Amino acid sequence: MGEKKLMKGNEAFALAAIKAGCRFYFGYPITPQNEIPEYMSRELAKAGGAFIQAESELASINMAYGAAAAGGRVLISSSSPGIALMQEGFSDLAVIQAPVVAINVMRSGPGIGGIQPAQADYFQVTRGGGNGDYHVIVYAPKSIQEAVEMIYKSFDIADEYRNPVMIAVDGMLGQMMEPVVIPEAIPAMEEDEIGKYKPWALTGHKNKREHNTINSVFLQQEVLEDFNLNVLAPKYQKAEAELSEAECIDLEGAEVVFVAYGSTSRVVLEAMGMLREQGIRTGLIRPKTLWPFPYKVFDNIDPATKHVVSVELSMGQMIQDVKLAVNGRFPVGLINRVGGILLSPVEIAEKTKHLLEVK
Amino acid sequence: MKRITVIAGHFGSGKTEFSVNLAMDLKKEHEKVALLDLDIANPYFRSRERQKMLEDAGIKIYYNTFGYDITEDLPAISAVLRAPLEDKDCVTVVDVGGNDSGARVLKQFAKYFKNEDCRLLCVLNANRPETDTVQGMITSLRSIEEETGLKIDGLVNNTHLLMETGPDDVLKGRDMCLEVSGKIGIPLVWNICWKEYADDLAKAGCENLYPVRIYMRPTWLDL
Repeated sequence: MGEKKLMKGNEAFALAAIKAGCRFYFGYPITPQNEIPEYMSRELAKAGGAFIQAESELASINMAYGAAAAGGRVLISSSSPGIALMQEGFSDLAVIQAPVVAINVMRSGPGIGGIQPAQADYFQVTRGGGNGDYHVIVYAPKSIQEAVEMIYKSFDIADEYRNPVMIAVDGMLGQMMEPVVIPEAIPAMEEDEIGKYKPWALTGHKNKREHNTINSVFLQQEVLEDFNLNVLAPKYQKAEAELSEAECIDLEGAEVVFVAYGSTSRVVLEAMGMLREQGIRTGLIRPKTLWPFPYKVFDNIDPATKHVVSVELSMGQMIQDVKLAVNGRFPVGLINRVGGILLSPVEIAEKTKHLLEVK
Repeated sequence: MKRITVIAGHFGSGKTEFSVNLAMDLKKEHEKVALLDLDIANPYFRSRERQKMLEDAGIKIYYNTFGYDITEDLPAISAVLRAPLEDKDCVTVVDVGGNDSGARVLKQFAKYFKNEDCRLLCVLNANRPETDTVQGMITSLRSIEEETGLKIDGLVNNTHLLMETGPDDVLKGRDMCLEVSGKIGIPLVWNICWKEYADDLAKAGCENLYPVRIYMRPTWLDL
């Protein structure tokens, strides 16, 4: 582990990707994630990698398609409307089973929206805006340090699952600064290693093996059904069984259990302290993965709990998964702000008291 | 004491937090104080976010948007920003965007910053990766001078790790800034520290302390 440095979220994300062995980055500028391409444009070549500022988000994700198909460790990044422009590409990455890591530094929407923080891409990242039956694995860190660690892990998960992985943070995490330690660097794979670890990759057969092919067109319906049911479905089932993660805090004896992810969970923690001082016991479930969603940890909610409350910077998107997880056992409420406005701890505490009084 | 203090430095060095502290402190001694938020590079954590607090304290704040619509801004400057710079009675703190690219905006105001009523300070944090060596610090401040055509008059040591900052961070940064100072002949003006450490640092022989409090950072970030 290295020395503790003060870093801005976006800078640390880019540095973490390079240290995790990423050697290809394709991007297009959009606030509030511009420090990622800026950092990559300056630093990636020094590590022997390639940075390209593409002509559009669609171009950048399709460049990622090519580099990942050839076995590279690839990062792309954007912010909400830019991720929307990439959605066709995510569907394609899923079908060719390309390991690509994407960072979405979320801002408010819909449309071009605003440039301030939001979590209104929950549906976009967990349900996918692209066509067909596919999933993107989505991590939701709460701090810059956790994001850095999740980025390291995401490259491995992407390779292991041969699937796109996304890190979803709100603009606050991209723009704020925190002390961070970058874990030990993982060396990038040499060309001959790529063939060994990624035997499917398009590395050139050199007349020593059969051609590898990457394909997203299946004109025979039986072949496509077979691929979806026997390749994609087991992979997604494995991900659901193995990858979902959550942090649970003070669930026992909690009158109210909050569900919040990312930086919002930190606002909730301060609100929980305020409520504790006023004699109200609350707990927190913090999903660390948004897909697969950690449904099972909701079984740990104390039966005496009166309310489960989804706290989000959106009109109420994660609440749908919360309701599925709660499955009618508790009433589910929503505390939210939208449009780029953050919740304050006082606001959460007040709204919670209101909820308890009016039931 | 010069009437205009311009605060530049590497991005993430802590210019804004220091600028807001300086403006709040200057208001205790001066009738008319203005804070000029010239950060047109970055959309988050700008001094204008504390507009209400500053105005309640009687400090006038100027920036490149109108009203409270903090996100409706363009990388362009309105002529109204010249008002505090031209007003001989107005003690003005100028909070500049990060790096040479953020400081470029100073160029069009150069005539105000070149006169003897003004000083340009460069904030340095030895815990930021690009300025964690003496050479890195010199490169950073020289690039700001080259880009703006202005001469830096003083260094401000703001070596910190946010809430994890200890007195040792301040002392480490001070030693590096003194080395920078020795090499390029620009004096170290202040060592920024938490109010809580000021006495200990003074006892440890640290001079020119500037104790600050946190105005910009939300409390929930540091539980």
